[in-house]
Amino acid sequence: MAAIEILGLEKTYKIGFWRKRPKHALYPLQLTVEDGEIFGFLGPNGAGKTTTLKLLMGLVYPTAGSARILGREWTDPSVKAQIGFLPEQPYFYDYLTAHELLEYYGQLSGVPAKQRKQRVDQVLHQVGLRDVQGLQLRKFSKGMLQRVGIGQAILHDPKLVFLDEPMSGLDPMGRREVRDLMEELKHQGKTVFFSTHILSDAEALCDRVAIIHKGELRGVGRVEDLTSTIQGKVEIIWQGTQVPAAIKAMVAECHVSGDRVRVIVEENQQDMVIDILRRERQRLVAVIPVRTSLEAYFVEKLRRAETTAGSTI
Amino acid sequence: MRARIAHIASNTFREAVRDRVLYNLIAFVLLLSGAAVLVGQISIEIEKLVVINLGLTAVSLFGVVIAIFIGIGLVSKEIEKRTLYTVLSRPVRRWEFIIGKFFGLAGTLVVNTFFMAIGVFGALFYVSHKFVRADALILVALYFIILEFIIICSLSLLFSSFSSPLLSAVFAFSLFVIGSFAEDLRNFAGMAHGMSRWLATGAAYVVPNLSAFNIISSIAHEQPVAGQLVLQNTLYALFYASMALSGAVLIFERRDLK
Repeated sequence: MAAIEILGLEKTYKIGFWRKRPKHALYPLQLTVEDGEIFGFLGPNGAGKTTTLKLLMGLVYPTAGSARILGREWTDPSVKAQIGFLPEQPYFYDYLTAHELLEYYGQLSGVPAKQRKQRVDQVLHQVGLRDVQGLQLRKFSKGMLQRVGIGQAILHDPKLVFLDEPMSGLDPMGRREVRDLMEELKHQGKTVFFSTHILSDAEALCDRVAIIHKGELRGVGRVEDLTSTIQGKVEIIWQGTQVPAAIKAMVAECHVSGDRVRVIVEENQQDMVIDILRRERQRLVAVIPVRTSLEAYFVEKLRRAETTAGSTI
Repeated sequence: MRARIAHIASNTFREAVRDRVLYNLIAFVLLLSGAAVLVGQISIEIEKLVVINLGLTAVSLFGVVIAIFIGIGLVSKEIEKRTLYTVLSRPVRRWEFIIGKFFGLAGTLVVNTFFMAIGVFGALFYVSHKFVRADALILVALYFIILEFIIICSLSLLFSSFSSPLLSAVFAFSLFVIGSFAEDLRNFAGMAHGMSRWLATGAAYVVPNLSAFNIISSIAHEQPVAGQLVLQNTLYALFYASMALSGAVLIFERRDLK
């Protein structure tokens, strides 16, 4: 069963003084997210990521289209008991403490009173806020608020978690923890749908990604498939501190770092370089085909979209 | 459903308490005790009249100010600060949110009025040194003041569901002022002719008839209150508040939370 099926969801706002000028925030979107996968929704700022999430959460109403979440209509209120949502740059009731806030959200999500206290303590520990649980949120830093946000999204043990820019505002350690948490959620069999413009996070975490730009879907696929285009080059790494002259003449890129040398050569030169290294009695460490990075794929997609839009005009 | 409304109401009450709304009680106590001491020294025979008039009017005004200034931000502030996103992404219906907020604010005002009532009776005892049977009528006046708060709360919420806090404050305060003179507006409608008569009659029935809730002066003069008026005012307040809340729900249900 698909966790999310977006069936032509579309959003157009009316802008201007008389609200007559249409502004397309999202063109008809067709997308399926499978159960148990980490799905990355990528796009630059203003691409339509947050609009899509707001449509799925029922915070804004679609101009057309519909969606199914966990096999039910997305407007079915019972669906919401099984989903968690972290908005972008979350802001919470700052007069509450972290413990009180999670307790409140637990009540609203229908977590039974007996389990609630235990669950709140568990989540506070999980997001690293146990020591500050009695502090009012108005005294929290941006990173700490982001942790509270993640906590409230997973508090009621949802089957599906929507995270809008979850790494935003976090330091490297915090980002690492969120990545670990998302992987843990996947191991627990949950589906994670997250939007981001940080491509390294998506590359490291996602089973599949979708790229959206100016409200239009530009591509969907498995990260391996999108980045599998071999560029016809290989990266060769060996132990050493110097590049033999014969290799130096051949390679376009070469880097020496510590006791490792890394060169990038054309695929048809691979055997020649390895033969030279054997002759020179160098210790070969790795031979890796150079693949397109997700970033390169993303930039290419956006560039193509810009070109198409330009030629249309 | 009821549990969710209760949780939202209790959180709204907690917000008011933590935002030090109940600190107005200190100002109220200072005002009333100062007035009691003062009238005790300068008034002859009318100390009680002055204390009841001043005390109940202060209860009403303090409460109306709280009802308007908290009520106008109940929805718009949540949208502006985006605290609503994490609430409505849970199994909470939009109408439950509105009703919960209403009960939270109404509850805050009832608690506030309870403590102010203690202050009024304290000041009364200070100036007259005893309670008489007619003093119980003050409870009826306080009940009417609470009914008035219920109407103002629902109107503030209605405006808050589609307008900015500033405009909501202007609308709510204007309706409070016009509503306080609703009886005069109805009299004017009765005397007017043609288009003015239609407009004045329409306005007189749309604005809340708050003048019917003001019995402070007659209570101060120990005049009895008819049971029919109590019933009539209760039904009117419940009907008016229900209409205003229904309007708030209808608007909020259709609103995009951008």
